[in-house]
Amino acid sequence: MMDIIVCIKQVPDTLEVNINRDTNTLVREGVDSVINPFDLYALEEGLRLKEQYGGMVTVLSMGPPQAVETLRQALSLGADNAVLLSDIGFAGSDTLATSYTLAKAVKKIGRFDLVFCGRQAVDGDTAHVGPSLAERLGVGHVCCVMKISEVGDGNMTVERMTEEGIERIKLSLPALITVSKGINEPRFPSLKWKVNAARSEIEVWFAQDIGADENKIGLKGSPTRVVKMTTPQHNRQGQILEGSTAEQVTDLVSKLHQAEIL
Amino acid sequence: MGIRIIEEKCKGCKLCVAACPFGAITITEKLARIDIAKCNLCGACVDACKKFAAIELIREETPTIDKTRYRGVWVFAEQREGQIANVTLELLCEGRKLADKLGEPLCAILLGEAVAKVARDLVCFGADKVYLAQSPQLAVFIEEAFTEVITGLIKEHKPNIVLLGATAIGRSLAPRVASRLETGLTADCTGLEIDTKTKNLLQTRPAFGGNLMATIVCPNHRPQMASVRPKVFKPAQRDQMRIGKIVRYNYKDYSLTQRAQLLAVVKGIAEAVNIAEADVIVAGGRGLGCAENFKIIERLAEVLGGAAGASRAVVDAGWVPYAHQIGQTGKTVRPKLYIACGISGAIQHLVGMQSSETIVAINKDPKAPIFNVADYCIVGDALEVVPALIREVEKIRPREQAEPVVTDSKLEHQFALGG
Repeated sequence: MMDIIVCIKQVPDTLEVNINRDTNTLVREGVDSVINPFDLYALEEGLRLKEQYGGMVTVLSMGPPQAVETLRQALSLGADNAVLLSDIGFAGSDTLATSYTLAKAVKKIGRFDLVFCGRQAVDGDTAHVGPSLAERLGVGHVCCVMKISEVGDGNMTVERMTEEGIERIKLSLPALITVSKGINEPRFPSLKWKVNAARSEIEVWFAQDIGADENKIGLKGSPTRVVKMTTPQHNRQGQILEGSTAEQVTDLVSKLHQAEIL
Repeated sequence: MGIRIIEEKCKGCKLCVAACPFGAITITEKLARIDIAKCNLCGACVDACKKFAAIELIREETPTIDKTRYRGVWVFAEQREGQIANVTLELLCEGRKLADKLGEPLCAILLGEAVAKVARDLVCFGADKVYLAQSPQLAVFIEEAFTEVITGLIKEHKPNIVLLGATAIGRSLAPRVASRLETGLTADCTGLEIDTKTKNLLQTRPAFGGNLMATIVCPNHRPQMASVRPKVFKPAQRDQMRIGKIVRYNYKDYSLTQRAQLLAVVKGIAEAVNIAEADVIVAGGRGLGCAENFKIIERLAEVLGGAAGASRAVVDAGWVPYAHQIGQTGKTVRPKLYIACGISGAIQHLVGMQSSETIVAINKDPKAPIFNVADYCIVGDALEVVPALIREVEKIRPREQAEPVVTDSKLEHQFALGG
């Protein structure tokens, strides 16, 4: 039996986020919200462990009230329970405040063998929350797991990709792992679970429900501040090569050769 | 904490609307209104409204600590088997500049087993002081043990700034350390400066999939922690004559919790190809048509002695493993030469490669965004251009001179590390 908690985040579909070059602003209109893609791998891995060893999968998310849709989507994939942390007091959280809030919620959920996170969220891209949450829960963690090779009694063996190669790590449970793309192929929602999801009540917890210290949540609990946003400038004077393919290629190689690049 | 429009002063001029990176401001009835749900309190509108000073940003600046007690720029020295990671040398070079600007020492923290020689190297590369923690328990990187030792050192010596490489190790370690210290951490920085007025560290990083660059500060907590992308800064040069101090750190061995244990490292397999370190990268995208055609990318990479990269689209399509993916959700690279073949250049791809020294783009579509970041543009079918390029390169670079990065993709070095 394994009690599993999967942390998921609702993010704008970044493939669709664009910049209005006239105003330098993010164009958000018409951009859909989706489950962070890496979290889908995390959820899939959690569901597979549950199917193999029995137990429960609880999905946990922090976000605005509409993030409930993300949780419902997770239920339609086969999660058993869903909890949304939504409170105006959580707004403006950086990764330190987020991990504090999630840790408080995990402690309220109670017993767990494994917490899963995606390796990073595609909107913030920090990859902080997983390891930070593990620290706050006082458990070991492994990042960017690409394979769970063995689940033993009170421990598991996982593989992670590093610059050097693949590392095989044995980790005692309870623990937290963040998963990388390539670990699995996430499933599609099933009709049975979809019906289930539509009927399910999704619990919404406020700051006081998890006993959060107001100085540690939201903007107040966030040491980092964004002080400036700029649009990156791409100013390379691209040179378009002319002529037939053969001529362009000869031209390119001689230019690279002259510039001592080749 | 908050932001408000001072209505008496607002002229409804829309300058703030244009300045807001989040589209959070609208003008209704000649008055600016801020949608708090969209606002990130970045202050761009306050700067834009200097003339009327109609926007007030209230930041509760309540330092809970005495910042003057925190001194020194620290670099976490990443090493494997006595080999210093390149990013550490880059951090020493950039850290030196920050330390000089602040008039504070540059220190390195080094953990490992029998690495005293490395400590000396770190001095040669610019460290004024090296904190050295040695133990068989620190022979290989384990998150919790390293967190224990590093937080111990930080609590004792109170550095102002702590920098780590945004590598597999740095990205796993930094959040644990920052959480235990309850301080701020900025991920994946590509720019570091000292604010001349406040002396705070200005940390710049890509945000929203690389669509924006965000500058982040940690005004009221110390140390200020940042992980820094590899290959963004120049590496420090060795100076054999440099002198520095090596301080041995004695911690209590029994306090190291070992809930994770490294069983083995499998090296040299094709999937582990380290594109982040390659000098030449040839990358392929959907324009190649099918998985079979990706072979020409690998072949060109081979004759150039480089590595093969890929766009997200072709990794998602299963043509090549994820380890090759370049871009926001893959790897960030900065080779001397980057050749993009059949890649249109979505912003998520561009953020992962646009700081390459020289970029060649090959694409059928003359309007493809990849051409906006390229030095040399070939408008044409990659399937024709790449084979022609292979032939041309082979003329000036006979095969035997090429040095492929991956020597033998089937070779598996496997060794067990301390049980």
